[in-house]
Amino acid sequence: MQTPDILGSGPGSSVAPDLQAEPASSPAVEISHLRKTYGSLVAVDDVSFSVTEGEIFGILGPNGAGKTTTVECAVGLRSPDSGTIRLMGVDPQADKPRIHEITGVQLQSGAFPAKLRVGEIIDTYRSFYRHPADAGELAGALGLADKRTSYYRSLSGGQQQRLSVVLALIGAPKIAVLDEMTTGLDPQARREAWELIEHVRGRGTTVLLVTHFMEEAERLCDRVALIDSGRIVALDTPAGLAVRAMGGKTVRFLPSAPFDERLLSGLPEVTAIEHDGHHIVVTGTGELATTVIVALHAAGVEARDVRVDASTLEDAFVRLTGRHLHEADEGEPS
Amino acid sequence: MTTLNLPLPRPPRAAFGNMVLNEARLAWRQPGGMIAGAGIALLLLVIFGEIPVFRQTSASLGGYSTFEVYIPILMGFSIAMIGFFYLPGPLVSYRELGILRRLSTTPVPAYWVLAAQIVVQACLMAATLALIVTVSIVFFGISAPQNPAAMVLAIALCMAALFAIGLAIAALARTSGAARGLMAAAFYPLMFFSGLYYPVQLMPAAIQDISNYTPLDAAVQAIGASWVGQFPAARSLLVLAGYALVFGFIAKRFFRWE
Repeated sequence: MQTPDILGSGPGSSVAPDLQAEPASSPAVEISHLRKTYGSLVAVDDVSFSVTEGEIFGILGPNGAGKTTTVECAVGLRSPDSGTIRLMGVDPQADKPRIHEITGVQLQSGAFPAKLRVGEIIDTYRSFYRHPADAGELAGALGLADKRTSYYRSLSGGQQQRLSVVLALIGAPKIAVLDEMTTGLDPQARREAWELIEHVRGRGTTVLLVTHFMEEAERLCDRVALIDSGRIVALDTPAGLAVRAMGGKTVRFLPSAPFDERLLSGLPEVTAIEHDGHHIVVTGTGELATTVIVALHAAGVEARDVRVDASTLEDAFVRLTGRHLHEADEGEPS
Repeated sequence: MTTLNLPLPRPPRAAFGNMVLNEARLAWRQPGGMIAGAGIALLLLVIFGEIPVFRQTSASLGGYSTFEVYIPILMGFSIAMIGFFYLPGPLVSYRELGILRRLSTTPVPAYWVLAAQIVVQACLMAATLALIVTVSIVFFGISAPQNPAAMVLAIALCMAALFAIGLAIAALARTSGAARGLMAAAFYPLMFFSGLYYPVQLMPAAIQDISNYTPLDAAVQAIGASWVGQFPAARSLLVLAGYALVFGFIAKRFFRWE
């Protein structure tokens, strides 16, 4: 897949390297060996992960993978069959009031009475919390500022969705749990929602984001857990997952003159060199294209017809689960 | 990591006020319940009061007029309309809409929305009953209730019994359609036994015996007795309390918040 990541300006490569390793500070969310069944259906099977304070952690997978069940267990809406869950050290089953105080939850489904006004709903939910966020600021950030006097029933689907995000954040939660936050939003609204989430994280909120949008996970998440059939199949940074799935990036070019391949194979970024007719295909990681071009240039060789490919999270998903994320989703609204 | 070992205070009290306010707004903006609960009872009261033959006392009605007999029946009717039709319906639809589930992710317990509805419906009932009593006294020359304390007790027990039945229906019905069906199935027989269609005093003894143990007739008897200065029969009050307890237990046992 073509990538705009040549200069390393993409979100994946801006991730601090230490996030790929074990989280440094104590976790905001710690889930270990979570298992939840509905009758004979195993919805979640031995899921473990931990999320650092201030991290945006993505749970990515097709519908029915167990994403929603995982977060519903995390916020105490469902009780796990086995495994332990701690949010800021609190067990959701043992101390629900405290969990409700520190989490803000946006559920996939959920509506409000048709004849309540948007402002009335927001103000009511705001009054549930002792240290709430600024209602006007949040409503403005999600494009609902001029809708405060509108009845709920007059909102479009996207506006209802944004209201639901406002309500998840109105209590200024320490941990925001957002389940399919941008489903049903147009691209512009989706970008605004992403900016808001980054802003909220900037103020120290930990974000647990369930999504099946690759772009959303790549853009927002520090780390992503790929879930399929109730199990985590991979957990890494979006860039790290992509590298693991496809062996990194490839640079394909036509050299202006023959050159000694050891010139490139000695570089730390390069993992393999192949020939494709007159073209050379170099596989590797990091700033591969720049490194290769600079090295060739130093040897007086010009790289022509350069094409850079990098695998994406989508590729990673296909590679790790054997199917396409969106094919798996077709036909289900959520 | 933030330490969270301090005792957790209850959610702000203003939250409940806001929830009550929202339920009141919804009642005002969707006035079907108010019109049905208060309007129909008042309309019938005025119509019956204007029919001359209804104002004549009758020995078969214990020396009271048909109109006088109907006042407590209409009071029971309006309590039943509100408590029965306009409490469970919204509650079940709140469950269907996911509002109860949404609430259970906040510091506010989901049952607060139920409490808020009961507050609003009880106020609506109290206002309706006050209006019926006032209109009867002012426009139709009926003497004021002689034992108002007993009357308040009878009305409170009647509300409790009907709310409990309504909540039990909300607990057992899976959809708001099913809730409406169950409520209608319970409502019309109860109204029959309370004498809405034909005074119970004129029905066969066997039906009167059954009536005595239905909540609305017990309420009508208790309200009627306290109006004329008696203390309601223990049986009436016990029947009402029994319904409140049994159906309250069923509601609590079977209610699902999701």
